[in-house]
Amino acid sequence: MHRFANPARFLRIANAVLPWAAGLSAVCFAAGLYLGLLVSPPDYQQGDTVRIMYIHVPAAWMGMFTYSTMAVAAAAALVWKHPLAEVYAKAAAPLGAGFTALCLLTGSLWGAPMWGTWWVWDARLTSVLVLFFLYLGYMALVDAFDDPARGNKAGNILLLVGAVNVPIIKFSVEWWNTLHQPASVFRLGGPTIAASMLWPLLLMAVAFQSYFFAVVILRIRAGLAARRVQTLRLGQAN
Amino acid sequence: MDGFLSMGGYAAYVWSSYGAAAVVLVGLLVLSLSGLRRVERTLATLEAAKPRRKREPKAAPAPTATPTAETTPGGAI
Amino acid sequence: MLRLILRDLRLVLRQGSDATAALMFFVLCVVLFPFGVGPEPNVLTRIAPGVLLIAALLAALLSMERLFQGDFEDGSLELLLLSPLPAEGVAIAKVAAHWLVTGVPLMIVAPLLALLLRMPADQLGLLVGTLALTTPLLSLIGAVGAALTLGARRSGVLLPLLVLPLYIPVLIFAAAGLDAGLSGLSPRPHLLLLGGMLCGALVLAPLAIAAALRAAHE
Repeated sequence: MHRFANPARFLRIANAVLPWAAGLSAVCFAAGLYLGLLVSPPDYQQGDTVRIMYIHVPAAWMGMFTYSTMAVAAAAALVWKHPLAEVYAKAAAPLGAGFTALCLLTGSLWGAPMWGTWWVWDARLTSVLVLFFLYLGYMALVDAFDDPARGNKAGNILLLVGAVNVPIIKFSVEWWNTLHQPASVFRLGGPTIAASMLWPLLLMAVAFQSYFFAVVILRIRAGLAARRVQTLRLGQAN
Repeated sequence: MDGFLSMGGYAAYVWSSYGAAAVVLVGLLVLSLSGLRRVERTLATLEAAKPRRKREPKAAPAPTATPTAETTPGGAI
Repeated sequence: MLRLILRDLRLVLRQGSDATAALMFFVLCVVLFPFGVGPEPNVLTRIAPGVLLIAALLAALLSMERLFQGDFEDGSLELLLLSPLPAEGVAIAKVAAHWLVTGVPLMIVAPLLALLLRMPADQLGLLVGTLALTTPLLSLIGAVGAALTLGARRSGVLLPLLVLPLYIPVLIFAAAGLDAGLSGLSPRPHLLLLGGMLCGALVLAPLAIAAALRAAHE
């Protein structure tokens, strides 16, 4: 892991990876959309609304994935002072927020025809909502300081505090939900999902994942360049 | 084709989901790209003003080495 | 450390405004609710635990912003961090002072307000007990946010955004405990969970606060 911490070496590798990630994302999006929208059958209970799943579920996965990698990066930044880890956390945050927002939005659009309401205080929905607030808090905190280094440091601490809290929040929300609302909402079929639906879902998941990698590489490049700009400006000010 | 567009009567929900996904994903991509372009342009102008510091990829400058490196070009400007 | 707590308490007593402001906020907030939802006793009893807890939570948040701000601005925080007392000790002392100034008065006033909201009198002991576990948690978690936002622009908006999501588990378990008491069930599991969270927060929050304070001074 330490070998990738050098920004110059990282940039070399990242630039080599970038076209592949972008290409993979485009191919998987095309295939996933084709299978998901045209080939896969409508669900026998939910009709065509089941196609929202191909957006909703990958977005939810990516929202969680992004937050956990950001927390790991924050720990690395605090312990080993990797400059790259900080840049990563900052670069990934808007993407994670975008994924969780997308998950909430599509969940709502799915819920409206199926549950007859735009929002239920279901345990999963609620914990994704909280996750969304955690992203917003992190982004606002990092941007709130005149000195970017201070913002990054505060953001890292917040990410770690959040990482400790996410399981507690999830557990508490599930507990609260079973207390107040006996299981009435439907659940995904789990492993019994049909192959005709599993394939587009997996393809879309890969597409989201490689999209994330491609865009996060772009954002890291921008973050590293912004750091250079800052040091150059400081040098000029002297 | 009509059946495809109407999504079994759920067109509004399904298509707005996919539309939202497109807006979010493309929007983030465009924002990231334009941010990258902007910061790279600033960096290029700054580096053009100080060509001697080009080979120094480290973000954190070594405290002793930088002042000496800075005095000459800084004085020239 | 004890000296630090006493110093803070003295400062608060001399100024007096912050602590009473939080308490007044708590009282007014609770008193407004019957006007909003109507005076039916059943409704009031039903929502009383939630109202009291949310008002306590907001009152803690209101006073939280000033927790480190004064010491940060006049430089005494820097002196405290340079003193032989470890930063974690400073954090615990500040949180303890905050709790004594805001949490404890809240616990004293809460039973009176609970009566206004038609909570049965035999539940008041449970209410005070729950608040005794909840208010230190609110102080500890809130102090992490206060330390992180030191010197930030717009810290007034930032602090609630950071802290409120972290308050959710506390709110859930405290409310569940009070609800269980109201409906004749045992509140014990909820209170034990709250106690467990308090133990965890007592260990972890000072570490986070200390790290944030040190970051503020680099």
